[in-house]
Amino acid sequence: MTALVPLVVVLPILGAAAALLASGRPRVQRTVAAVVLTAVLGVGIALIAAVADGSMLVMPVGGWPVPFGIVLVVDRLSALLLTVSAAVLLAVLVFSIGQGSADGDDREAPVSIFYPTYLVLAAGVFDAFIAGDLFNLYVGFEILLVSSYVLITVGGTQPRIRAGTTYIVVSLVSSTLFLAAVGAIYAATGTVNMAQIAERVAVLPPGVQILLHVMLLTAFGIKAAVFPLAFWLPDSYPTAPAPVTAVFAGLLTKVGVYAILRTETTLFPGPELNPLLLVIAALTMLVGVLGAIAQADIKRMLSFTLVSHIGYLIMGVGLGTAAGTAAAIFYTVHHIVVQTTLFLTAGLIERRAGTTTITRLGGLLAASPLLGVLFLIPALNLGGIPPFSGFLGKLGLLEAGVADRDPLAYVVVGVATLTSLLTLYPLVRVWNVSFWRPAAQVAEGSRLTDELHEDPFRPETVATRALAAPMVLATAGMVLLGVAITVFAGPLYAYASAAGATLQDWDVYVQGVLGR
Amino acid sequence: MSVSVPLLGAMAVLYACGVYLLLDKSVTRIIIGILLIGNATNLLLLSLAGPPGAPPIAGSGRSSDPLPQALILTAIVITFAVSAFLMALVYRSWRLAQEDRIERDEADAAVGLGEQPEPDAPEVDEESEFDRPGGTA
Repeated sequence: MTALVPLVVVLPILGAAAALLASGRPRVQRTVAAVVLTAVLGVGIALIAAVADGSMLVMPVGGWPVPFGIVLVVDRLSALLLTVSAAVLLAVLVFSIGQGSADGDDREAPVSIFYPTYLVLAAGVFDAFIAGDLFNLYVGFEILLVSSYVLITVGGTQPRIRAGTTYIVVSLVSSTLFLAAVGAIYAATGTVNMAQIAERVAVLPPGVQILLHVMLLTAFGIKAAVFPLAFWLPDSYPTAPAPVTAVFAGLLTKVGVYAILRTETTLFPGPELNPLLLVIAALTMLVGVLGAIAQADIKRMLSFTLVSHIGYLIMGVGLGTAAGTAAAIFYTVHHIVVQTTLFLTAGLIERRAGTTTITRLGGLLAASPLLGVLFLIPALNLGGIPPFSGFLGKLGLLEAGVADRDPLAYVVVGVATLTSLLTLYPLVRVWNVSFWRPAAQVAEGSRLTDELHEDPFRPETVATRALAAPMVLATAGMVLLGVAITVFAGPLYAYASAAGATLQDWDVYVQGVLGR
Repeated sequence: MSVSVPLLGAMAVLYACGVYLLLDKSVTRIIIGILLIGNATNLLLLSLAGPPGAPPIAGSGRSSDPLPQALILTAIVITFAVSAFLMALVYRSWRLAQEDRIERDEADAAVGLGEQPEPDAPEVDEESEFDRPGGTA
C-alpha cells in the first residue's frame, strides 16, 4: 500500500509532461488529464481504505532513512482531503472541457497550456497534503502557487493581469515568510521533518516557540485567507475563468487551512495561540460575510462568503479539542465541495445570462429551471439549512464550541450563528432577484439591490450562449456529491472524529512517522 | 551560535530595501523588491546554517551543514522561475497599456498629418482567443 503514496504526485506530473508534449491536440490533452485525475481518485479511495483503521502510510522517498530523507505521510486526514480534492479537480476538469469545446478550441493551437498547468496544480495540492517534512510542504505550496499564477492570468487580458499581479505579489510575500520560518525552525531544532520538529520544539524557550509559531501561522494565514490577511482574495479570484476560480476557491485556501491544522496539532500542539485563533476566526466570519452582503456580482459575493467560511474552519482548529478538530475536518470537506459547486453554477449563470451582476439578471428560473436547482441546493447547503451537510458541520462546530465552556468560545459560537444567518441573505437575494424576478422587471430595479453598486470595471454583458452538456453534468455531479456528503454524513463524521482524535493525540503522528 | 555580522547586516539592508520597494506602486519596483527580499531570505538561511568558513567535506572535523545550502538552492530556483513569470507579466501589462497610449497619440497624430500609420504596429486584441481555459497562451 505504501507504494501507492508517491503516485498521487508522480501521476499528475507525468500527465502534465505528456499533455505538454501533446500540445496542439486538445483531445489527447483532455484524455490524459481525465485519466490521470481518475487514477488519483482511485488511489485516494484505496488510501482511505488503507488508513481507515488508524494506521499510517509512511514512504521514505529514495530509500533514505526517515529523519534524513524526504518522507511522505498519509494519515486519515491526508487521505480524506486527497480524495475529495481529486474528485473536485476531476469535476472541474469536465466542466472546463465542456466550456472549451463549446467555445470551439478543437482547432490547432501552438501551445496549449491549460491542461498541463492544471495537472501541475493538482500535483502541488496533493504533495502539500502528503508532505511529511516542512520543506516539502513549502515545495508543494510553490508547485501549486506557480501553476495558479499561470491559471489566474491565462489569456493575459488587462483585468486578469492587474488582478494576477496582486495575487502573485501577495503569495510571494507569504512564501518568503514561510521559507524564512522553515529556516528559523531548522536553526532552532536541527531538522525539517515534521515529526522530529514536533518532538524537539517543546524544549525550546517559550519566546522562540511563539516566534516560530507566529511566523508559520502568518504565512499560512495569507494562503488560507483569514482576516486581516484575506484582502487579496475577493480582488483576484473573480476575474479568472469560471473553472479556475472554482478550483481555486475549493482547494487552494483549504491547503492553507490544512497547513494551519497540522501546525496547531502536530508542530505546536500547545494552547498558547488558541485564543488568538478564535478571535481571528470570529473576525474572519463577520468581516467576510459583511463584504458578501455588499456585492452586486455573484462571483465577488461568493469570494467573500469563501473568506467568511474559512473562519468556521479556523474556529474548529482554534478550539484545540478533538471535537473541534473533527468538526473542522468535516466542514472542510463540505466546504470544498459546496464552494466549488457554487462557483461552477456562477459560471453557468454567466454563460446563460451573459453576466453575473445581479442588478442585471432576472427570469433565470423561467429560462432554465435546471440552473435554479443547481444553484438553490448548494446555496441552502452553504447557508446551513437543515438537513444539508452545512448544517451538520456547523452544528458540530457549535457543539464543540459550547463544550469548551470558555467565555471566548461562547462569543465565537454566537458570531458563528449570526454569520450563518447573514450568509443566507446574499444567497437568497441572488435567488429572489436573479431567479424569481421576471426578466421584464430588471429595468425597474429592485428594493433588494438598491444599495448595491455595480463594479464600474465589470466585464461587458456578452450574448447568451448555450450550456454545454459536460458543464451541466459536472455541476450536477458536484451538487450530487454535496448531497452525498449529507446522506453519508454519519460514516463521514465518524471518520472525521477519528481523524480529529488522532490529530489531537500528538504522539500518534510522531511515533507513526519515526517508527518508534 | 556564532553569526557572521557582515552577512547579518547585508540581510537587514536587503530586507529593508526590499520591503520599501515592495510598497511602491510601480510593478517594476515591486519585482526588484521581491528579488531583494528573496535574496535576504537566502542569506538568512545561510546564516542560520552555523558558523561560516567550515569546509563542505565530511570527515574533516568541523564541516558545514549541507541542508541549508540545498534549501537555498531550491529557493533560488523557485525565485528565478517566479521572477521570470512576473517580468513576462509586467511586459504584457506594459504592452497593453502602451498600446492604448500609442493608439491615442502617435497613430492618431500620424493620421492627422496625412501620413501612413506604422504598418507593423502590433495588434493586441484584449478579448483575445486566449480568453478561455484550454485556449492558447
